[in-house]
Amino acid sequence: MVGHRALILGFTAFAIFPFYWMLITAFKQNADLYVGASNTAHNPFVFNRPPTLEHLQILFNNTLYLTWLFNTLWVGGLVVAITLVLGVPAAYSLARLTGRWGERLSIGIFLTYLIPSTLLFIPFSRLVALLGLQNQLWALVLIYPTFTVPFCTWLLMGFLKTLPKEVEESAMVDGCSRVGAITRVVLPLAVPGLLTVVIFALTLTIQEFVYSLTFISSVGRMTVSVGVPVALIRGDVYYWGSLMAACLITSVPLAILYNFFLDRFIAGFTVGAIK
Amino acid sequence: MASPDIALPRPRATPVEALSRRDLRLGKVLLAPALTYIFLLVAIPFLLAVFLSLTNSSAGSLDFSFVGLQNFRAVVSSPVFRRALWNTFVFTFVSQALVIVMGNVLARALMKPFRGKLLVRFLILLPWAAPISLATLGWLWIFDSTFSVINWLLKVAGWLGPGQWYYWLGDPVLGMIAIITVHVWRMLPFSTVILLAGLTSIPREVHEAADIDGAGPLAKTFQITIPMMLPILAVAVLFGVVFTFTDMSVVYLLTRGGPYNSTHVLASLAFQDGVLGGDVGRGAAVAIFLVPLLVVMAVVMLRISRRAEVA
Repeated sequence: MVGHRALILGFTAFAIFPFYWMLITAFKQNADLYVGASNTAHNPFVFNRPPTLEHLQILFNNTLYLTWLFNTLWVGGLVVAITLVLGVPAAYSLARLTGRWGERLSIGIFLTYLIPSTLLFIPFSRLVALLGLQNQLWALVLIYPTFTVPFCTWLLMGFLKTLPKEVEESAMVDGCSRVGAITRVVLPLAVPGLLTVVIFALTLTIQEFVYSLTFISSVGRMTVSVGVPVALIRGDVYYWGSLMAACLITSVPLAILYNFFLDRFIAGFTVGAIK
Repeated sequence: MASPDIALPRPRATPVEALSRRDLRLGKVLLAPALTYIFLLVAIPFLLAVFLSLTNSSAGSLDFSFVGLQNFRAVVSSPVFRRALWNTFVFTFVSQALVIVMGNVLARALMKPFRGKLLVRFLILLPWAAPISLATLGWLWIFDSTFSVINWLLKVAGWLGPGQWYYWLGDPVLGMIAIITVHVWRMLPFSTVILLAGLTSIPREVHEAADIDGAGPLAKTFQITIPMMLPILAVAVLFGVVFTFTDMSVVYLLTRGGPYNSTHVLASLAFQDGVLGGDVGRGAAVAIFLVPLLVVMAVVMLRISRRAEVA
């Protein structure tokens, strides 16, 4: 029992230590922060001087953090919309209208999620240049659905398969067309599934780093995942307090969202390896 | 295994299926936009990546000419590339081996009921939910050359004597340890929740039946848990391997591939050559080396899903 508790404590400490470190760094005075680790008399795990809001003030007043957040959410909103427009009909089709070959196709679509951004960013850089979208957020809006659409179609298809067919069939017997049954009966029932898709499309967008790093070069147009590590680090001068505040403020809401939708997320990955 | 195969196609012959030709047409119409998008923006760029690797294309202009396998010859003979290829496998293999062992231990610990379980689950999930670039920044600060808290701990513990110091990101071996640490830290939550889902899916009756038959804990582990967990374990390993193998964020932000290009991976080298260096053809050639592993992984994935289809 003690062993069990120690195990849980150990793993939890490993998982959250960097976040604890972000938290304490974000509120420490510089004189408390930059002491140097060779000074064993100075315990870096606690506040040796009173906490300060200075780093937060710098982050919000003197950096483009809020602009990056806004850019991220702007891209995220459009990507979510595109994902829904492309993914919802496809998911319904794969769940209900295509039978056996649809199953194969859906696995094929999911496999495209395995094609990494680090393989595609080079051809995309050509494509973006051809379309004249260099250094524009529209490039991200165009490209991000390449990973949100496969993943979300797959998730939503799994969800739609769990809905009983009889509900829409009885609506169709009552004179609804198939499309009418979809919009009036299926979609309202699928709201939890749709919400999951919205959340994951959004979180995948916020987390994305490689494409954003490749295509956006102006500081004012960056997304938060690139703006913070690229633009807030200037040469050898680091604003560690503000940097860590930015990391923490961005990460924690995402983790809370993830936690709510975790079970559906797992169901998406386990692909029927669990029965 | 065989009986559901006969049962499956039956429900298709119900009266509503009279519409099935119209349904099939509607099915195609609904699928078309997503498939078109995926074709244009995943399949074509994938082929374009192969195509570009055979050209001398560069970032400045859209002109290019074919150079055959010249990029590949240049890449393969480069020591930096070989080191990156080696590193990619080392990082993936070591971190995933650790993740699977630790993930199994952690998932088993989380199976037992205890107070504050939901909070623990939330906290353990944090590394996976945080954007990778920002989480890596946290580690960059932890591994800082002057202010590293790890060095402070080692000093206090007496491991580092006076004048001794670890430059975590300025030394090839320590840099590799740092990169692997971040990969393990990040992928552990993902594998744990997937393995946990697998463990909870084993029906209690199976264990009870084994108990009645007098099976010991060892026999239960090897004859029930491991065989029943195999597909789910494969899923956890598969995604873990793909995500680690193709990642460039951790290396790019922690060490930039340094010191002296000793910690590059394929993805970060492709970025350095193809984007920062502007040699698109060469960068594409480096990235193409990611493909064989991805193909193997895709085949494994198909096998698992086919087995799930039949079972």
